[in-house]
Amino acid sequence: MTAVGNSATAPAAAKAGNDHDVVIDVQHLTKRFDGRAVVRDVSMQVKRGTIYGFLGPNGSGKTTTIRMLCGLLTPDEGTGTCLGYDIRTETDRIKRKVGYMTQRFSLYQDLSVRENLEFIGRIYGLQKPRQAARAAIERLGLTGREEQLAGELSGGWKQRLALGACTMPSPQLLLLDEPTAGVDPKARREFWNEIHALAADGLTVLVSTHYMDEAERCHEIAYIAYGELLVRGTVDEVIAASHLTTYVVSARNGNSLSTLGQELEHKPGIDMVAPFGTSLHVSGRDAAALEAAIAPYKARDDLDWQRSEASLEDVFIDLMGRAKDNFQ
Amino acid sequence: MNQLIPTEEPRRMRGDGFWRKTWAVLVKEFIQLKRDRVSFIMIVTIPLVQLLLFGYAINTTPRDLPTAVLLQESSNVGRSILAALHNTRYFKVTELPRTEAELDRLLASGKVLFGIEIPANFERELRRGDIPAMLVAADATDPVAASSALSALGRLVQTALAHDYAIPQAGSAPFEIRTHARYNPAAKTELNIVPGLVGTILTMTMLIYTALSVTREIERGTMENLLAMPITPIEIMLGKIIPYVLVGFVQAAMIIAIGVFLFGVPMLGNLGVLAALSTLFIAANLSIGYTFSTVAQNQLQAMQMSIMFFLPNILLSGFMFPFAGMPLWARWIGEALPLTHYLRIVRSIMLKGATVSDLHYDAAALAALMLVAMTIAVTRFRRTLD
Ligand SMILES: Nc1ncnc2c1ncn2[C@@H]1O[C@H](COP(=O)(O)OP(=O)(O)OP(=O)(O)O)[C@@H](O)[C@H]1O
Ligand SMILES: [Mg+2]
Repeated sequence: MTAVGNSATAPAAAKAGNDHDVVIDVQHLTKRFDGRAVVRDVSMQVKRGTIYGFLGPNGSGKTTTIRMLCGLLTPDEGTGTCLGYDIRTETDRIKRKVGYMTQRFSLYQDLSVRENLEFIGRIYGLQKPRQAARAAIERLGLTGREEQLAGELSGGWKQRLALGACTMPSPQLLLLDEPTAGVDPKARREFWNEIHALAADGLTVLVSTHYMDEAERCHEIAYIAYGELLVRGTVDEVIAASHLTTYVVSARNGNSLSTLGQELEHKPGIDMVAPFGTSLHVSGRDAAALEAAIAPYKARDDLDWQRSEASLEDVFIDLMGRAKDNFQ
Repeated sequence: MNQLIPTEEPRRMRGDGFWRKTWAVLVKEFIQLKRDRVSFIMIVTIPLVQLLLFGYAINTTPRDLPTAVLLQESSNVGRSILAALHNTRYFKVTELPRTEAELDRLLASGKVLFGIEIPANFERELRRGDIPAMLVAADATDPVAASSALSALGRLVQTALAHDYAIPQAGSAPFEIRTHARYNPAAKTELNIVPGLVGTILTMTMLIYTALSVTREIERGTMENLLAMPITPIEIMLGKIIPYVLVGFVQAAMIIAIGVFLFGVPMLGNLGVLAALSTLFIAANLSIGYTFSTVAQNQLQAMQMSIMFFLPNILLSGFMFPFAGMPLWARWIGEALPLTHYLRIVRSIMLKGATVSDLHYDAAALAALMLVAMTIAVTRFRRTLD
């Protein structure tokens, strides 16, 4: 599996190199819980001003990796720096300059929106915590809810408050663990516009997500499964490195394709079949074998076969499937 | 969501901001306490209810204590004493055993609290002026009840004899009451109890306040956020302890005021000294509770640790049983408990008018216990989620 990872990451790693502007630079991070390696040999470099997407199935080690970056967990193996500070020994300095948004809402539920923000303002030493909190409330569009208890906010508003809380002290690096989970599409789009504007000003953002459209909006992405970083690079690099050939099949007469899907799934040369709306994505790593496998179906005139580029989702599902074969 | 980050870099305070961050936690804790209606009401009601309940329960003149009387002679004096016991409301003669062994059994089983034995030849010796001994075995597990009943017994018998047999009341009693030591009849006065309750109630409430403070953050998931912020374990600890010092101070003031005005406990010493040493005692207990909180894995464990700590405080501090009467090992344990020292402090100040110079040792012991607890808490505090 590492072979795939290396081939995809080579360009990204070369670009990052020993650049001074590398904000996150970690090598061979490993974390075990009760003897079970949850994160294995993860290395990554993130340059200043980059929006770095962190993807992977549930339980793959995204949260664990992020926690190691901000000093909340000590790696069992590996070394690295975050904002130039050692992630093992200089966590105090890291914490002052990093905004970490936890996956689970972790502000005080029994404090109001305003009280939570004031608390954070005081901890980070803002000169006028009350004013800073009021400004943040306005910026976040939480006006009118400032006296509401944080625990009584709706899920989306909670996310927004948490995001506002970790950005209020003006950090240099944002570590966002699924910041848009449960957020409506409009707010999600605004969030990404804002993140891009901030990155243009030099803020670095590491963001974990399960949304493909969000992954596509990142400058670079990394995909982790079963604790191993499988690929990293730009979206195009990741797709190219997968060597997937994909066909989109649709039925001319509008018939269901589910039986076809089941039939194709087990053919040699076809690595993945996935329904997308009314069509089917059929992919294979070996283009020649794939062509051979689908040849008889291509002849059928009730089916329309279009060769297309593999989508990011195709790539991830394929990666996940292969990772499973390797680790289970 | 218009804008996530302030357009201009917010201005920050200089320096490390130790007190500023402590203050941040302190304000937060106060708000949380205020929001938690039940806990907030408990600040006043727990000490109030406990003090009134125990204070009155222990202070009320005991009534109808079950008593066994063993008459070793069949004399008029014996019958007269028995009649006098019947007539008082202190004692209720429920058994008339025939042998000492039977009397012992009754006492041991807890069927009676008092065993009174009028020995043979009691009347003859009395008339000869030989000062005979009336033997009394008291189950003094409730020392206050026992001691007040015992003191009543002497007067009672004396009055009965004077009335029936014209044995003069003046001067010393014509007989002796010999109390059996095996049931530990402590000669405590009621006044000892209320000052003792100050310490006991404070120990309980203070332990519980802080024992939950760290585990609660862990269980609610807020610890992850707190640990990701630039704050040190000492700042968190002080921020969590100081608000409750104030709460404890209010409680202490309330209990002492009730003790003085309602139960008539004297206040012979200096109130300022008592206030200062009470604050020290409160802080020591809060620190110990906080230590449990950093060691425990969850709130239930923290509660259990607090109770495990609370019990010896009650039993070995001199609150229940006289400190001097305990075996050496128990006294050593007692010396390691804050309540032991505070009981000495509060009783000495209120009842004996002691000054600071009398209380050096106990004050130093409280401070030492507090510092040890805080040191353990800070070193045991888990700074990561590992
Ligand atoms: N404190 C812990 N103790 C034991 N195991 C843990 C602990 N934290 C995480 N794990 C395990 O580590 C693995 C990775 O968890 P992690 O939270 O990093 O996954 P994730 O990629 O963030 O998943 P998700 O997308 O669901 O948020 C999981 O199997 C989880 O059970
Ligand atoms: Mg996660």
